[in-house]
Amino acid sequence: MSTAAVDLFQVSKFYDDRVVVDALSFTVSPGECFGLLGPNGAGKSTLARLILGVASPDAGKICVLGEPVPARARLARRGIGVVPQFDNLDLQLTVRENLLVFGRYFAMSAAEVKAVTPSLLEFARLENKADARVSELSGGMRRRLTLARALINDPQLLVLDEPTTGLDPHGRHLIWERLRSLLARGKTILLTTHFMEEAERLCDRLCVLEHGRKIAEGQPHALIEQQIGCQVIEIYGGNPHELLPLVRPQVQRAEVSGETLFCYVTDPEQVRLRLANRTNLRFLQRPPNLEDVFLRLTGREIKD
Amino acid sequence: MWQRFAPALPANPWNWIAVWRRNFLVWRKVALASILGNLAEPMSSLFGLGFGLGMIIGGVEGTSYISFLAAGMVATSAMVSATFETIYAAYARMQTNCTWEAVLCTPLTLGDIVLGEVAWAASKALLAGTAITIVAVALGYAEWSSIPYALPAIALTGVTFASLAMVVSALAPSHDYFIFYQSLILTPMMYLSGAIFPMSQLPGSFQRIAALLPLTHSVDLIRPAMLGRPVDSVGLHVGALCIYAAFPFLVSAVLLRQRLMR
Repeated sequence: MSTAAVDLFQVSKFYDDRVVVDALSFTVSPGECFGLLGPNGAGKSTLARLILGVASPDAGKICVLGEPVPARARLARRGIGVVPQFDNLDLQLTVRENLLVFGRYFAMSAAEVKAVTPSLLEFARLENKADARVSELSGGMRRRLTLARALINDPQLLVLDEPTTGLDPHGRHLIWERLRSLLARGKTILLTTHFMEEAERLCDRLCVLEHGRKIAEGQPHALIEQQIGCQVIEIYGGNPHELLPLVRPQVQRAEVSGETLFCYVTDPEQVRLRLANRTNLRFLQRPPNLEDVFLRLTGREIKD
Repeated sequence: MWQRFAPALPANPWNWIAVWRRNFLVWRKVALASILGNLAEPMSSLFGLGFGLGMIIGGVEGTSYISFLAAGMVATSAMVSATFETIYAAYARMQTNCTWEAVLCTPLTLGDIVLGEVAWAASKALLAGTAITIVAVALGYAEWSSIPYALPAIALTGVTFASLAMVVSALAPSHDYFIFYQSLILTPMMYLSGAIFPMSQLPGSFQRIAALLPLTHSVDLIRPAMLGRPVDSVGLHVGALCIYAAFPFLVSAVLLRQRLMR
């Protein structure tokens, strides 16, 4: 029996001969936040479904909380809380009733649900909304209720599929802060996201996906250091293909994506000097991030 | 093989209750409107046809036409109520609101969800059928003593038509396809099954087809019970309805597994 929270070995999944997950292996240790990072269509949501046993792999082995999945997925799911990509709360029911209904799916009695409800509402910052219908809640409140609902069974593992998609920056920061408090309580989190900032802030380790394949794995800062390891200067306002030959001697590496020229340099001043006589150009100098790692590995930006 | 289909079957005999209770909690908020809405149509058919046609027809099979029709309306309303709950409300929970998707992330199986939905649709059918039975009894169109015999038959009718409708829900790409089931299957069945006029009025070949229909077996159980007459071939009718309930249940579970757990 594996001691890992999640263990995937050479897992593949096809839909009508199209490869969605391609011989993927990774392990999530108890207590860590593991991120699956990739653009839309990279296979992240399919992976979440495979881990929950809602879909079956065509090849490979999956083990979650010591149970083989999908064979014993039902038992594994007793210890998992899920935040799906799109809210599927019961809109006609109140906040409190949503928790009650969900608790019953985990064979909890009404008294057991009632006992944990105040702490879950406090966690979700919804103490004043207990008897409000979900249809009256804002998007951020619904997301926090979905997160509270996922905690009803006091799960060891949380599977979060794009937990902050569609939220405004304030709502997103609030969710991140709540997730960090869960990690501090020893929960294991498997997070899928296409937000680089989310992955960088929350994840202990990452698996970068493209077309269902793993293209990199490691700690966010280690990946950035390994793959980039220097400053970045973004140049826009001109034709990037025309600018590229001009700066080539000054940079370690350069990529064109859309109308932007990304230059990876140890000395950004050299690039600025080289293009000093060009007006209308705009420069953005910044430390490297996961976006650059993705661009380097795939030749394209992660944004849709 | 077993492992492949295990998620499509109920995990244990009680998990479905959580799904039933969820639907009950939502329904309770609109109970009055729901009951009135469910009763309006069969009641207007009962009184419209019963009084109007009853005056022209006179007696049927040794009773007044309205008494004859009351039992037919009880069976038909159970059929319609269970069907509509499954093809519209349960389908919306599966397809539009993603309620089932949320439940699939818990220890419940797809089979638990389907069983809970079928039991819920049968409960609504029981409510609709019972309400009409009580009205019929109160107005003297049926015997008080018939109620304990009619209720299990109404419930079984509900389970049967919920299971059949679950197959339709599993196959339908969208809401638009349900009209075919209503107009091509349910409406002809209502006219063939002896709910509105005696089956003996049909040509011989139609009678043989009608004898196979599930609604015919429901009517043959419910009508004698409501009129205080002995029921012939109880085992045959109950057995036929059970087959019409069990087989579609299994087929729908397998089809839904292919649809939702790909």
